[in-house]
Amino acid sequence: MAKVKLASFAWARSGDKGDGSNVGIFVKSKADYELIKKALTVEAVKRHFHGICKGEVTRYEAENMLALNFLLRDSLGGGGSESLKTDAQGKTHGLALLEIEVER
Amino acid sequence: MRDKVLIGYGQGFWGDSILGPVRLVREGPLDYLALDYLAEVTMSIMQKQKGRNPKAGYATDFVTMLARVLPEVHRKGIKVIANAGGVNPGACLDAVLDLARKQGIKGLKVGIIEGDDILTRIPDLLQGGHPLANMDDGRALSAVQSQILSANVYIGAFAVAECLKQGAQIVIGGRLTDPALVAGPMIHEFGWGPQDWNKLASGTMAGHIAECGAQCTGGNFTDWRAVKDFVRIGYPIIEASPDGTFVVTKHEGTGGLINRETVISQLLYEMGDPNRYLGPDCTADFTSAKIEEVGKDRVRLSGIKGGPATDTYKVSISYLNGFKAVGQLTVSGPDAVEKAKLCAEIVWGRLALDGCTFEAHEKIVEIVGSGVCHEGVVKASNPPEVVLRMGVKCSDEDKVDRFGMEIVPLVTSGPPGVTGFAGGRPKATDIVGYWPALLRKDQVKTRVRVEET
Repeated sequence: MAKVKLASFAWARSGDKGDGSNVGIFVKSKADYELIKKALTVEAVKRHFHGICKGEVTRYEAENMLALNFLLRDSLGGGGSESLKTDAQGKTHGLALLEIEVER
Repeated sequence: MRDKVLIGYGQGFWGDSILGPVRLVREGPLDYLALDYLAEVTMSIMQKQKGRNPKAGYATDFVTMLARVLPEVHRKGIKVIANAGGVNPGACLDAVLDLARKQGIKGLKVGIIEGDDILTRIPDLLQGGHPLANMDDGRALSAVQSQILSANVYIGAFAVAECLKQGAQIVIGGRLTDPALVAGPMIHEFGWGPQDWNKLASGTMAGHIAECGAQCTGGNFTDWRAVKDFVRIGYPIIEASPDGTFVVTKHEGTGGLINRETVISQLLYEMGDPNRYLGPDCTADFTSAKIEEVGKDRVRLSGIKGGPATDTYKVSISYLNGFKAVGQLTVSGPDAVEKAKLCAEIVWGRLALDGCTFEAHEKIVEIVGSGVCHEGVVKASNPPEVVLRMGVKCSDEDKVDRFGMEIVPLVTSGPPGVTGFAGGRPKATDIVGYWPALLRKDQVKTRVRVEET
């Protein structure tokens, strides 16, 4: 076991959903899926995105893709044309999630 | 019935590369070419254009693209499905017919789908007890009724299939859903019915994978070093079968990458609850799909389950929600971050001297280069230069313009090393608010019209 970034074994994609973003993350093996299901609790993800996500976090599971999907509410400064932020659509939030370090 | 139909997706959004569709037509076999030209903001821009000119209000990029490939499309019998009609499908139809005549193409059938644009019907609908309340926060539409810019119903795949059935080779819709551009041809080719939920869910899922063009063929992929030849990246082709099974692939010899990971990445894009993806024709369970690599750049999806759609259509309403302006300039080191912060304080301070202040939620300061995309995640280092980006938004257009006047003066009246201001003063632009709502399906009738050169 060693501390590694999710980026070393997981993939992610993110985009906008209203004034929030969605962040999907998935892995290749069942063992890694169990690992990220344990590590990426709603609380852990909310804590990680404290500078970005001002609303609640919801988690969905998709076992067939070995994926988790997170909705980060109020994470875009208004969203769409209302946002003044550079990343008004949360395009980069997936890569931000992959910065989390886990024991693997 | 054909046992295999090839549906390419050449345009992922308004502004995508013209090379996508052109290369799909030229670089290999293709039966259908699907093209998405709309976004929420697009519809409001198009309504404005139509207000100034009754022959405008559609995606002119579509006609520009067709001008390059129409003879080949006609000769090969490729059918084109596009939501390029915007808020004026009739004008788009005329433009395409004109183009075909100019190019000497005879017997080309072009069809349009109308009925999605409900802008002028809103007073009647509200009167008739259809509240069109905001899906996100429940507000009544009356709160913004005087500011509405556009209102469109998301139309599904059966309208596309109907237009194809009437013989159109080019199908032009207004606000068709993106997946409908792919599911429509499947319904038409394979004779699927409105209660073939699993098949319709397959069509929806295929459409969802393809709808952002190259984003399923290696674009925006986490493991980007594994993607070869971004320059010639292949756009996706859905190889569809009558039972709903389909393979995501691309033309041989093109760049990019299709594997399990690139496809799953796109499945998760803009995803809510993966168990229940809502569309106008069905609900789709994305967690039911079996996803397998079956060859080089070939991923097969099968076993997809679906269910009935709801009795409402989603409606996309846009409205004027104030004004905004964003300006930026570059601040060089040493101490770039510290100086950029000072610059921002100077701007807010000088505006306040002139009686112009903004609430915290009406303004933003970003020091690009110090970690704005991943705020609170990645720690800022000491970058040799940064871009200071400042913006405001509010309902007072004059105040927003006043802000814009206070950025450039920093070059001579702030700390040293301020440069890179090339864009002129930022001017106030409209903020287009997005208002998602629901409307009972019995209130919407789509119409199809086909004309021939």
